[in-house]
Amino acid sequence: MLSYFNAQSLFAAVPEPVFDATFTVNNLWILLGALLVFAMHPGFAMLEAGLTRAKNTVNILCKNCAILAIGLLTYALIGFGLMYPGEGWLLPSWIGPFFQGIDPGMKGQTMAYGDYTYYSDFIFQAMFAATAATIVSGAVAERVKLSSFLIFSTVYVGFVYPLIGSWAWGGGWLKELGFYDFAGSTLVHSVGGWAALAAIILLGARKGKFAPDGKAQAIPGHNLPLAALGVFLLWFGWFGFNGASVLSANPAAVSLVFVTTCLAAAAGTVGAMATSWIIQKKPDVTMVLNGSLAGLVAITAGADAFTPSSSVIIGLLGGILVVLSVIAIEKCRLDDPVGAVSVHLVCGIWGTLAVGIFSTNPEHTVLAQLTGIGAVGVASFLSSFAIIYALKKTLGIRVSEKEELQGLDIGEHGMEAYSGFQIFSNQ
Amino acid sequence: MKMIIAYIQPERLNPVKQELFEQGVTKMSVTNALGCGQQGGYVESYRGAQIEVNLLKKVRLEIAVSAEFVEHAIDAIIGGARTGEIGDGKIFVIDLGDCIRIRTGERGHDAIG
Repeated sequence: MLSYFNAQSLFAAVPEPVFDATFTVNNLWILLGALLVFAMHPGFAMLEAGLTRAKNTVNILCKNCAILAIGLLTYALIGFGLMYPGEGWLLPSWIGPFFQGIDPGMKGQTMAYGDYTYYSDFIFQAMFAATAATIVSGAVAERVKLSSFLIFSTVYVGFVYPLIGSWAWGGGWLKELGFYDFAGSTLVHSVGGWAALAAIILLGARKGKFAPDGKAQAIPGHNLPLAALGVFLLWFGWFGFNGASVLSANPAAVSLVFVTTCLAAAAGTVGAMATSWIIQKKPDVTMVLNGSLAGLVAITAGADAFTPSSSVIIGLLGGILVVLSVIAIEKCRLDDPVGAVSVHLVCGIWGTLAVGIFSTNPEHTVLAQLTGIGAVGVASFLSSFAIIYALKKTLGIRVSEKEELQGLDIGEHGMEAYSGFQIFSNQ
Repeated sequence: MKMIIAYIQPERLNPVKQELFEQGVTKMSVTNALGCGQQGGYVESYRGAQIEVNLLKKVRLEIAVSAEFVEHAIDAIIGGARTGEIGDGKIFVIDLGDCIRIRTGERGHDAIG
């Protein structure tokens, strides 16, 4: 009897969350958003598998599965608390607390700043973390050592991504400066893109990619239907990536975001197709696919602050930029098998800058955007470079030449992706 | 006239073609093959079970040449394909009874090019 009354008074001290219809709808949309962002992972996996050679497919799939898992687990252990310190900053506006975990107890069911529960917030943001890591896996495909890559991903997604994210989304110094990144052109895509750039610089090109005189050789993907499926899945997932970043089911905002997102993707597709047709004489479907993604990445910084017409312009320019940057990156003797740097870094920067130029909100300035782009750039590039360099000097980051020729599926995994098929390659 | 049949490692195909081209041999047939010789296989594993793979991927070249080109072709193939490791491949030279160009009907030396 006594303990019952004690328990009652304990519960009475905690405010009961009110789950009315509005709350439930908003919360539901966040959860659906998490589901849609999850769908981007099969998208990445298929895209990467399709654009690389058959002898490395098992390795690609394994990396994608592992990164999703590592992203979710590290975000639960470290990332969520580090990215959203609330009152618990270690160094206010710069560094949050580490190893917070995600058990809020009875008190933390709802968020003070939105109509959704603590767990909805966590799972939605956790899916974002995993997507940032997986950007790198495409750029380093076909020659990176699996163990080193997994270590890098754990450290990068576990610590660097949430730390940088806290500067803006967590209420840190970039947010105070007026920097705006709606759904992560900078905080997710360029963070991944800078790491991808650091990785391909340190890793070197695939064997046979560049002739002795520096001319780029084509290493065609082995399954373009898979690549196309991947891009369509990514576009599908982007409805949640942007749509639920409104952080409510507000009809006006979410429907606007759906429209701007789609129009940008469409414009990016067309822009890339046109550019590819002009430069390469015939439209290259891999460029067209990259173009859709370019438009999507570009619009992500301000999907809720652009008009439909400016979305078209932003997406179109993204599509043109991605084709030009794929060619430019190869001219720099850097090997990016899936165009990760071009899509995520270049278009991520473009999209973030576009907020300063096209946003309907007068508080968004080009200067604040540039500051954010620069700060995130320096932080991501230097930290990823440092981690990968350290791995290069200790464990090594690249497989042996023999293994690279034999295929990472045999070398790293001892199995084939297409058992029973005779896959012949001369590279 | 001789038919040269060479089995080489797949990744040496481009260097071999380059060397042959430099020796003036530009006509050949290339097929994919599985083969084994002194080179050992490797082991794959799948859900707890082992798979022993001992037929390895090779590339088979067939080149029909007139007698003067035989040694040049052989030297070119060796130059392109030799790595010093087991598994570099083998070259066979067999006599060619006749050679006919389908388009014109030419036979013998005229046809071999």
